Amino acid sequence: MADLTELGVAQIRDGVRDGAFTAREVAEAFNANVAAASLLNAFIVATPEKALDAADAVDAARAAGNTLGKMAGVPIGMKDLFATRGVQTTAGSHILEGFVPEYESTVSHKLWGAGAGMLGKLNMDQFAMGSSNETSYFGNVVSPWKRNDGGNAPLAPGGSSGGSAAAVSARLCPAATGTDTGGSIRQPAAFVGIAGIKPTYGRCSRWGIVAFASSLDQAGPMARDVRDCAIMLEAMAGFDPKDATSLDLPVPEWEAGLNPDMRGKRVGIAREYRLDGMDADVAKSWDDGIAWLRDAGAEIVDISLPHTQYALPAYYIVAPAEASSNLARYDGVRYGLRELVDGGGLQDMYAATRAAGFGAEVKRRVLIGTYVLSAGFYDAYYTQAQKVRTLIARDFEQAWRQCDVVLAPTAPSAAFALGDKSDDPLAMYLNDVFAVPASLAGLPAMSVPAGLNREGLPLGLQIIGKAFDEQGVLDASLAIEQRAGFAAKPKRWW
Amino acid sequence: MSVDKATVAKIASLARIRMSDGEVAAMVPELNQILGWVEQLGEVDVSGVEPMTAVIPNRLRLRDDVVTDGGIRDKVLANAPAPEHGFFGVPKVIE
Repeated sequence: MADLTELGVAQIRDGVRDGAFTAREVAEAFNANVAAASLLNAFIVATPEKALDAADAVDAARAAGNTLGKMAGVPIGMKDLFATRGVQTTAGSHILEGFVPEYESTVSHKLWGAGAGMLGKLNMDQFAMGSSNETSYFGNVVSPWKRNDGGNAPLAPGGSSGGSAAAVSARLCPAATGTDTGGSIRQPAAFVGIAGIKPTYGRCSRWGIVAFASSLDQAGPMARDVRDCAIMLEAMAGFDPKDATSLDLPVPEWEAGLNPDMRGKRVGIAREYRLDGMDADVAKSWDDGIAWLRDAGAEIVDISLPHTQYALPAYYIVAPAEASSNLARYDGVRYGLRELVDGGGLQDMYAATRAAGFGAEVKRRVLIGTYVLSAGFYDAYYTQAQKVRTLIARDFEQAWRQCDVVLAPTAPSAAFALGDKSDDPLAMYLNDVFAVPASLAGLPAMSVPAGLNREGLPLGLQIIGKAFDEQGVLDASLAIEQRAGFAAKPKRWW
Repeated sequence: MSVDKATVAKIASLARIRMSDGEVAAMVPELNQILGWVEQLGEVDVSGVEPMTAVIPNRLRLRDDVVTDGGIRDKVLANAPAPEHGFFGVPKVIE
């Protein structure tokens, strides 16, 4: 039998349905790859028995002639930000080490209901704060990719969904969940040559996802191609009364609607995204994307998103402010780590617990957030940032008069080496310069592989769409995918 | 605006994160670098602009005022570091 771990979501779903192989065979093949890939450190916990149980249920349902779900027989990786009942959920942190939820997140619950099975919980930047997977308490995730210079430098898989990215790219799972607050699906997808979409804010329920910045957090799928992302997003999305910001809208049939014909569509190229000193390979892949979409029939239009340069600084006020509030819940009382101080009282326990349980980047952001929300500084920082955010959203609203989607690079460079930027928070933050504007405006955005740079590393292109228009984003991404012909994969060294 | 050691110590206390003098001192330049960078937002003309409150227009829903769950005390306490007699145990609160 062909190697089942080379198959994607659609191929597995169809093969299981048609009886070409069983769901159990698929789960066993991916379980074996997970078990053999500890050098990548992509998983915090593996759950092979969960994958097998779900597969057996699908095989039994098929034998009984029952209707199979959208993800029937597809084993997936679950980012460790999603609460999974009975399985440790840490958000990559020490403070939640050993936390075993008594409940299931809405998104993971929907995926299991659609017939998916869980291979394990994926490593990630601590509380989703990071762009390189170097802030996890459970160690760095290592990208399966290597530069073609013969060097052996371990590369960053991107972040915060770096475990998800590394696992999909290395064929440890055909797809994985990610979450995106300021690029955490798109940037890692670009770094490892896979696809990933952040849907419109509110499409996927946030219930049961460990909160980072609630006005920005969105879950989405990461998989090897656009169709697989469309299938999985259908299974993840939908109204949830348990999330006050959940969109009460029907879930479109994105897979059935896929159409790469771009005739009559206008693609915006924002002049503000053309940065001084832009990486030459990134600039070239952007030009390739323009040519491909033109070839697909699209009209290319120059647009302006005048407040682009302020998106990143606004994000680094809004996100830490919300994080400092959300992370107040980790106090050593109700769950997670508790550190006691000899002779100390409750306040000492709070401070000692949080000192021991949070990593350096989390502390940095909680402190920034506390400062910008503190009396006397709130208006100067937080209110100003939220006004700038209004202007950034308005930039996009005005752009939609001229175009249907925006094409941009996903990240300003290909993957960097682990350790390259970890000493400089600002340099790390700049990784998300192209990703953050869509996050601040709540818009759907997708990264799709575009090619390799001169070092042999993947580059991604990003499509940003109108609110609720995931279909337009998926369609334009598919048009790129068909023309990029990206087939590279990392050579196995792990 | 920039922060000094006393301000960082004050913020850490507000955030309930214990930090040594050395950690506070190391954090001062890091926070100042980030704060200096976000300061550029001050140059944006925001006159007449409302701060964003909802990124996607969405009406907050009300549900019927009825009990929808409960009776799960043991589940609520299942991950507590020190559950005692059906309560969360904590160190002494009154000095």
